[in-house]
Amino acid sequence: MAEGGVQEPFARAARQREAERLGMLIFLASEVMLFGGIFAAALTLRLEHPAGYVDAAHHLKLWLGTANTGVLLTSSLCAALAVQAARNGQARWAACALWGAVALGTVFLAIKGAEYAGEYREGLMPGMATTHFEGRTQQLFMNLYFIGTGLHAVHVTFGLALLAAAALNRSARQDRHAMLIGNVALYWHLVDVIWVFLYPTLYLAGVR
Amino acid sequence: MTDEPRFEHPPEERAPSYLAESHSLRSWFFTTDHKRIALLYLVSITLFFLIGAGAAALIRLDLLTPQGDLLTNDGYNRAFSIHGIIMVWFFLIPSIPNVLGNFLVPIMIGARDLAFPRLNLLSWYIYILSGLLTLYVVVSGGVDTGWTFYTPLSSVYANGAVVATIVAVFISGFSTILTGLNFIVTIHKLRAPGMTWSRLPLFIWSHYAVSIIFVLATPVLAITLLLVAAERLIGIGVFDPRLGGDPLLFQHLFWFYSHPAVYIMVLPALGVVSELITAAAHKRIFGYWFVAFASIAIAVIGFMVWGHHMFVSGQSVFASAVFSFLSIAVAVPSAIKVYNWTATLYKADVAIDAPLLFALGFIGLFVAGGLTGLMLAMLAIDVHVTDTYFVVAHFHYIMVGGSVTAFFGGLHFWWPKMTGRLYNETLGRIAAILILVGFNITFFPQFLLGYQGMPRRYHVYPPEFQVLHVISSLGAALLAVGYAMPAFYLLWSLLPGGRRAPANPWGASGLEWTTSSPPTKHNFIAQPVVVRQPYDYPLAHPASRDDG
Repeated sequence: MAEGGVQEPFARAARQREAERLGMLIFLASEVMLFGGIFAAALTLRLEHPAGYVDAAHHLKLWLGTANTGVLLTSSLCAALAVQAARNGQARWAACALWGAVALGTVFLAIKGAEYAGEYREGLMPGMATTHFEGRTQQLFMNLYFIGTGLHAVHVTFGLALLAAAALNRSARQDRHAMLIGNVALYWHLVDVIWVFLYPTLYLAGVR
Repeated sequence: MTDEPRFEHPPEERAPSYLAESHSLRSWFFTTDHKRIALLYLVSITLFFLIGAGAAALIRLDLLTPQGDLLTNDGYNRAFSIHGIIMVWFFLIPSIPNVLGNFLVPIMIGARDLAFPRLNLLSWYIYILSGLLTLYVVVSGGVDTGWTFYTPLSSVYANGAVVATIVAVFISGFSTILTGLNFIVTIHKLRAPGMTWSRLPLFIWSHYAVSIIFVLATPVLAITLLLVAAERLIGIGVFDPRLGGDPLLFQHLFWFYSHPAVYIMVLPALGVVSELITAAAHKRIFGYWFVAFASIAIAVIGFMVWGHHMFVSGQSVFASAVFSFLSIAVAVPSAIKVYNWTATLYKADVAIDAPLLFALGFIGLFVAGGLTGLMLAMLAIDVHVTDTYFVVAHFHYIMVGGSVTAFFGGLHFWWPKMTGRLYNETLGRIAAILILVGFNITFFPQFLLGYQGMPRRYHVYPPEFQVLHVISSLGAALLAVGYAMPAFYLLWSLLPGGRRAPANPWGASGLEWTTSSPPTKHNFIAQPVVVRQPYDYPLAHPASRDDG
């Protein structure tokens, strides 16, 4: 075959890059539909219990959620910088920016974990005794909160693994390397975008 | 370029076929060849078809008498649940896309393989993993929720391996999504030079449409089942009215997936029939763009009709009216296809082989299923026959009469290409007619039963329904013989001494008929270049009309 780094069944590297990008975008579309179910449930809850939903949301730690939003957005910025660096052939800078994104993503998980720990101490986890809740709507809201943010945290963890793998990747061909980082960064941006919707749905809903 | 033959014909066909290339087990279980993966799928879905058919046999035997003598109430619930779950997710959804689609999508567009061959193999392993879990569920006693997992039955009251079943279906969804992703990217990025969008076979258009549904609908089922499992395990309450949750939300989310899933099952069948009809008529398809875009229209409108499963759920009458209108609208592209197939056959010199008989059977059954679907889309009729055998008969006409018949038609049509062998054509024609007759005897009485008020999912019934139930069960026996026949003569054709298939036994157009039967590992000896429109009968290139 003609070019190096080209895998079956592709004949040209450029076509393979287009295919990999398209594949990632389609995968992200399916992820959007997955979280769509969570948002549909949140919308239903809020329509059926407008006042109780706001009261329950008020109990979340708004400042922790806000800090986490900043952390995750900055992490996404690092991923974007890594893509730029990789395209310019600055592999070392790209790796640094990726590790920065990994570090901030880990901070996000740490803050989220601290928040969960506090909620566990307050007895607000699903399956715990119902006496700690102020009402059934708060219990329902907290359960949805745990499912939504928990599923998001699973995606963050998976994204961190991908980012670390991309940072460790030492591909000989610059265009393959840039493509890999570009696709991983796309996934990381989606994880970010989902949070950008979860944050107002869960945290900002309680601001009075 | 323009005066060259339509396809570069392989000058030398001594390269080993994809079957002969290697014989080790390893070369099968670690293959990335889309053709071998298609055969792996064929074997696996056949096994699941047998299990699902076994459950159906239990149901029909039990319904022979009004008292339900064979099964207990719970046993009957478990039989129809396993029948539904296995037939929907482990047979019908993967049947045409993962067997015929996997084999044909790359060949029809002149590619060497799917865009992501290893992902394709992964998708089979995921399917097998979820299938093994389903087998565990069957062995451990099954579930009694029905295939729809309605809450609060599934989340609170059902006993049986509900969570294991949900996990199995959840995992199988990944397999589906990866297949859809692979098809879309392949169709966009790996078409041969000259294979423009207006030259794509209609089989490809319908697989493109179904892939969109695979990718966008399946994750909604995933999150819905995840919420049901969480509801059952830790009681999160989203679907539980005791906490202020909404059980109807489950139905909305479930049907948002499961109505498009009906089109997942029937769209590939529509693609198969377009190929069978044009090949038998030896004519260009009537209204290529109408048939192609009808597939896309069905996929798009199919996302907006889910509420017609919920006419009696208490949703607003206004919503019901809108869903009713949209459900009637989705019949338009389906009808366009039927008219265009008929127009294609009109005044054609038709070759009446087994694939055409299956295709004609498909058209008849699909029309019957579609027209009764229109009846069910009308609010007044639907309220009268909701949850009766009328609905059961309707969707079996589409899924079994439609999809399974098309699957058998496609399997017969491309069997020479897949295996390099010719099956016994007389037996093929007998099987096609037997399946058509057996199917109608099985399911037509169910329309009558339903209209007279026989509810679905009951095995104890008033004695006046017994005659129709006995006719239906006898028809099922005939249908079983019809389905068993191909298993014998198709396998028979594989024995040493079976007749070899030429490259193009049907005199059909399409890139897959220009390569050898069975194809070589990379499908074509040289990269094909397409310079003609699709279905350009009579075939321009004499070599592609190979009679052996």
